[in-house]
Amino acid sequence: MKSALLIDFGSTWTKLRAVDMETGALLASAQGPSTVATDVNIGLEAAFAALSSALGGLPSFTCRLACSSAAGGLRMVTVGLVRELTAEAARQAALGAGAKLVGGFAYRLTSRDVAEIEALAPDIMLLCGGTNGGNSEVILHNAHALACSSVRCPVVVAGNRETTDEIVALLSCDGRTAMGAANVLPALDTLDIEPARTAIRDVFMERIVTAKGIDRASARIDRVLMPTPAAVLEAARLLAVGVEGREGLGPLVIVDPGGATTDVHSIGSGEPATPGVIRHGLPEPHAKRTVEGDLGMRHNAGAIVDAVGLNAIAVDAGMTLDAASSVLARIEADVETLPKSEVEHRLDDVLVRAAVDIAIGRHAGTVETVYTAQGPVQVQRGKDLSEVRWLIGTGGALVHSREPASVLRAGIASSRKPQQLRPRAPRLAIDADYLLFAAGLLAQVDPVAAFDCASRHLRLVE
Amino acid sequence: MSHTIVTGVIGADTHIVGNRILSMALEDAGYRVVSLGALTPAGDFIRAAIETAADAILVSSLYGQGELDCRGFRDLCIEAGLDDILLYVGGNLVVGKQPWDIVEKRFLDMGFDRAFPPGTRVEGALAALAADFAARDQRLQARRRAE
Repeated sequence: MKSALLIDFGSTWTKLRAVDMETGALLASAQGPSTVATDVNIGLEAAFAALSSALGGLPSFTCRLACSSAAGGLRMVTVGLVRELTAEAARQAALGAGAKLVGGFAYRLTSRDVAEIEALAPDIMLLCGGTNGGNSEVILHNAHALACSSVRCPVVVAGNRETTDEIVALLSCDGRTAMGAANVLPALDTLDIEPARTAIRDVFMERIVTAKGIDRASARIDRVLMPTPAAVLEAARLLAVGVEGREGLGPLVIVDPGGATTDVHSIGSGEPATPGVIRHGLPEPHAKRTVEGDLGMRHNAGAIVDAVGLNAIAVDAGMTLDAASSVLARIEADVETLPKSEVEHRLDDVLVRAAVDIAIGRHAGTVETVYTAQGPVQVQRGKDLSEVRWLIGTGGALVHSREPASVLRAGIASSRKPQQLRPRAPRLAIDADYLLFAAGLLAQVDPVAAFDCASRHLRLVE
Repeated sequence: MSHTIVTGVIGADTHIVGNRILSMALEDAGYRVVSLGALTPAGDFIRAAIETAADAILVSSLYGQGELDCRGFRDLCIEAGLDDILLYVGGNLVVGKQPWDIVEKRFLDMGFDRAFPPGTRVEGALAALAADFAARDQRLQARRRAE
């Protein structure tokens, strides 16, 4: 039997999944603590021992692939020219590559900006600016500012193509790595973030894995391929588009409410579903990821409460105001805490419902009516998700929820927010075995097995 | 090097046909055209011009509200560092029958380099652009030499 071992080095836990490559079936799951700060092998050894006892001995795996969000994830700073144009395209590319954005800059970098980047000490930077044949002055200015700074992290250069070679040469000194990629915005109406994403992934594999100490596990694994969010996005794309011999599920949305942030991935063109609607703004990526840094089930529970209101939370959970605020204080004080009592479960469900509601609302495009001399006209910004066929939930808070269907339903279209282009009537499912990351990794070597693995383990919750 | 021109219909105006014909004619004449289409806010013209290092912005307005939409357009350009950009406006710029010379003066006072009345042929706009670009290029070269 051919089998694959897929590993996710998370910030707290390292998760292992053994998958049968002939059928896509999950053979066993195991986990151990993430011990990247000391020696990644300590936690990995514990996880392997658990996996071995689950499987009755470890088989010889055909491939052993990993992704990682350990040691703070892939901390990234982006720089572009106009905030709504190349700076936004750079953000999209970074998010799509699975990065954790710690800073985004636009226009000319000032000395204060450069000092801020030095203080942020990112793992990697993405430098953009200018369409091809467009502005070259600002990206050159910014490259010189970086060259003179103490920033030593790898830089992916994906701006006006006329400047790329010059900037790569300029930055490839003092032990810095610079890598050129195609412009993220070659023309105003064309977004091309795939090449930058590939370059970021290459830098991740070659540099970041070593810098984070994950390469010490090289005896036990073949490769660390990408940041974990990128693996989930790969799985989303695979599920939506399908592979040779397997029909995809069509446009879909995956929502992942985590402890500190809520991620939303959407696959689909996002073009207006209603005829006559005019699209505005930057073109949208077919595979789009957004991260809501203020919506987390634990580290940012307070922010969710602020957004929804304590009163609404208490009513929704069927609790008194005092009871709700005391439970909230407890989970914010101890972010590792898992719900035990009935009220804690109820409150967690309310929090995750609010996070899903807000995060999908922000990810979805909007439509507004503009009144013109020729009558009302509908103008769309962002992606129209109304025709999305599947809404899939992943992550502990959703999977362990007592009412996952009601949580996911918080993400669908509602008459209360008619301007948001949310999924109207998607099928609802959860990634109950936490296999999406594994499918995204497996897709790099065996897309058919990966597709089977992801699709057969989706649990419908309608 | 060929010049880059941003085109679009400003404000809540959906009349796209004339603007599209103009954009095609500009492309045929060898210009790089960044066409923003209908319903374009003033800020979008400016942002597109920065990112593409445009040499000129050609604003169309057909629904009579052009005067409101174009107010402060030159100031926006100056604010954004587009000091030497050429600005043209054309179409049905005002409501009702007003003498063209008064309308034209109003838009030139707003900072547009040229304003074009309804019924202007593309050839006229192309000739004006060629002359203005030649003058502008000479001016920029002279300035570069002086620096």
